[in-house]
Amino acid sequence: MAEEDVLDMLEAEAIHVLREVAGAFRRPVLLYSIGKDSSVLLHLAVKAFAPGRMPFPVLHVDTGWKFREMIAFRDETARRLGLDLRVHTNPEGATPFTHGAHEYTRIMKTVTLRRALDDSGFDAAIGGARRDEERSRAKERIFSLRQPGHRWDPRSQRPEFWWSANTELADGQTMRVFPLSNWTELDVWRYIRRESIPVVPLYFSAPRPVVERNGSLIMVDDERYPLSPGEQPRLRRVRFRTLGCYPLTAAVESKAETLDEVIDEMRLDRRSERAGRLIDGEGGASIESKKSEGYF
Amino acid sequence: MTAMLRVIACGSVDDGKSTLIGRLLAHAGGATEEQLDHARRTRRGGSTIPAGAVDYSLLTDGLEAEHEQGITIDVAYLFLDLPSGRRVIIADAPGHEQYTRNMAVAASTADVAVLLVDAAKGVREQTRRHLAICALMGVRAVIAVVNKLDATGYDQAVFDRLASEAQAAAAGFDVAASVIPASALNGDNVVERSPNLPWYDGPTLLGALTAWEPPRPGSARDYRLPVQYVIRADGFRGLAGTVTGGPVRPGDTVAVAGGGATSTIDRVLGPGGHDLGQAGPGTPVTVTLADDVDVRRGDLLTTPGALGDGLSPATAYSATLVWTSEEPLRHGRSYLLLAGPRTVPATVTAVRGRMEVVSGRRLAARTLGLNDIGTVELTTDTPVSLDGYQACRDTGGFLLVDRVSKETVAAGMVRHALRRGRNVVPHAYTVDRDARQRLKGQRARVLWLTGLPGAGKSTIANALERRLHGMGLHTYVLDGDNVRSGLNKDLGFTPEDRAENVRRVAELARILLDAGLIVIVALVSPYRADRATARSLFQPGDFAEVWVDTPAEVCVRRDPKGLYAQAEAGRLPNMTGLGQVYEPPEHPDLVVDGSGSLDDVTDELCGLLDGMPAEP
Repeated sequence: MAEEDVLDMLEAEAIHVLREVAGAFRRPVLLYSIGKDSSVLLHLAVKAFAPGRMPFPVLHVDTGWKFREMIAFRDETARRLGLDLRVHTNPEGATPFTHGAHEYTRIMKTVTLRRALDDSGFDAAIGGARRDEERSRAKERIFSLRQPGHRWDPRSQRPEFWWSANTELADGQTMRVFPLSNWTELDVWRYIRRESIPVVPLYFSAPRPVVERNGSLIMVDDERYPLSPGEQPRLRRVRFRTLGCYPLTAAVESKAETLDEVIDEMRLDRRSERAGRLIDGEGGASIESKKSEGYF
Repeated sequence: MTAMLRVIACGSVDDGKSTLIGRLLAHAGGATEEQLDHARRTRRGGSTIPAGAVDYSLLTDGLEAEHEQGITIDVAYLFLDLPSGRRVIIADAPGHEQYTRNMAVAASTADVAVLLVDAAKGVREQTRRHLAICALMGVRAVIAVVNKLDATGYDQAVFDRLASEAQAAAAGFDVAASVIPASALNGDNVVERSPNLPWYDGPTLLGALTAWEPPRPGSARDYRLPVQYVIRADGFRGLAGTVTGGPVRPGDTVAVAGGGATSTIDRVLGPGGHDLGQAGPGTPVTVTLADDVDVRRGDLLTTPGALGDGLSPATAYSATLVWTSEEPLRHGRSYLLLAGPRTVPATVTAVRGRMEVVSGRRLAARTLGLNDIGTVELTTDTPVSLDGYQACRDTGGFLLVDRVSKETVAAGMVRHALRRGRNVVPHAYTVDRDARQRLKGQRARVLWLTGLPGAGKSTIANALERRLHGMGLHTYVLDGDNVRSGLNKDLGFTPEDRAENVRRVAELARILLDAGLIVIVALVSPYRADRATARSLFQPGDFAEVWVDTPAEVCVRRDPKGLYAQAEAGRLPNMTGLGQVYEPPEHPDLVVDGSGSLDDVTDELCGLLDGMPAEP
């Protein structure tokens, strides 16, 4: 069946890339964000080196505002797979409410990630970004070079011929690697179904306490969320297409409670996946400018 | 059926490429609701598309908009899911800058090209350029779309003429072409058949992409498994890599190309570590061998027969290069050659010519610059097994990487191994370096003095040699000017000639080292990369780089050979420090002050020699 063959070829490509990273770099690390793409990435990394162990540690940048279910899932996953999990949190403790979404993201995600990579001397960081997430990612390399200070310079990106990556690094340079570049959102879900990969339950519909902010449904995950006077979270049947910091991640109304239902829903829904990310907004250049600063 | 088809889109925005790709995207579900909405509401100036209809060209617009903002788009990848379940990956090089390089990248993984021909303009120079680059990168088939036929009133005669022109042009590059009449603007023959073209009974573009099959992959003769990584677990040692030619099965006898050892494949494990009966090209596997053979990342497993069949390791190749760097090719400079997981130092020894892309004519050339395509000969420091590129892309393509900046300077396609390389087999002599240096009661080493002209290199070398000679040690000084009066008298002072000068002096130093001597090199050697090349010939501990760091004004004042005076008068355009730059060492083993006391400097150098390890 063509659909299965497509998954096989995508899996083969990702495993090839993961093995190349393990062979070519001194200290690679896998960036784990707990979402569906990360879950697939982790599963592929386990498969790529079986019966041996995955030869790199796993890094999670915890902003302190992730959904509680995500953190529980992360710790359970680390136990189940015996991961060398490193969690980094910025003690500055910025919040989306005191600093605004952009500054908060810069401090708690971008800066923290850069520091975590520098402190451990990681020369390659593997991430789960896909080219179909956003038009501006369509040109991203599988092996994406970062200049000293993790700066992404579109002009210095190396041409990618064949499957032959130039993995050499000059002083201060590092590499970000995206083995899922050629996967679509639907591929990710089909692969999760085929391989029975566990994912955070937030991806499936359930009654959850939400408030509406600027047309977005925000789940009130703990008591830190500032409610307006008299405002009451209401239970609605929602699920999430992407997961991040709960105050910045919009839910969608949905009845899809199983993998099959999620996949069926997605076939019909032509809305962009990242529409649920409140920080992306402001046009296509938004991710681009964050990337230049070292965001994933 | 191939489940995944990789396509390169060739044509400019003016040919209607955006509209064509936009229609395919929308049909195959590759456009979001927001994008379709935007394309319904937005109109470009001069657009003739009726209100409320979708302007399909806007669906790929994210890329163009960025381009207008000055953000570089070199190659963009878009995905289509065809109704048959086939995934199509379209590689699109939308910009005009760096066009040769970007098209070559996009073509390097493509199975087939979609080539746009504007019905009003016909087959143009640009069309031939696209065909030439596709052919060079191994794309052997194109689907030519004769677009904008609506503007000719869907005239069959126009199409027939352009179709035969396109096919003739493709045949000139040994590329097979099928041709489709279309109007991307009106949607004729892109996704749906068109009543406007009743005289055409072939497939639509979508139909052609659905039905197209790449040629069958290589036979058992091309059995190849490049080893990426060695997996170790309790009692388990497996060689992980992606099969590029096979099938690979348990029980196969394999040879390690390069090492010469043979063994038998015991198990073939697929992703996840499950045993497979066999694995074909494109499958990531982990194999175990029946014998304890030394196999590492970068080794290539193949059938023993293949070694006699053109895959024997060689140290010299003829290759075509697509130059991708702003820095031009330097003769004699050592680059890193990367072929999949293999990395070896390599030197371009001759430029045989530059190709004029459109005509295919070969022009004389001494070097290659950005976006040039040329034929060269290169040698590798250690033998490496590469296929001819047209026979096998995976093991016949390579990258050249600058040793200092680590930039990819070229993509290379092997034409053939040079006999010369294969017929030279180093002979191991019984009296070796160790025996020679024991007889002399010393350990051989190379001290490489670099610095500006007039820095005092020769004076220091002379003083050091006198001191060592007095201690009963056997020495030799290789002085830049002295070597240029004999061995290197054919060389000038261009950057290329300087690279060759350094290469020869380094090779000579290696011979003298092997003879058991303490070698002192006194050479301006202004370029970092050339000095890195020199260093790469030696074992760590045998070679030390010394920067004779003398202030420029002191060098000018001394001017022992009158060079600065001549250069000031405009007679020495390539003078280091004036017409050409001197790149100081970043990590020298020692820095000495050439304006200080000669005795002190000599002491420091003796200290450096003493500190070098007793064994390499």
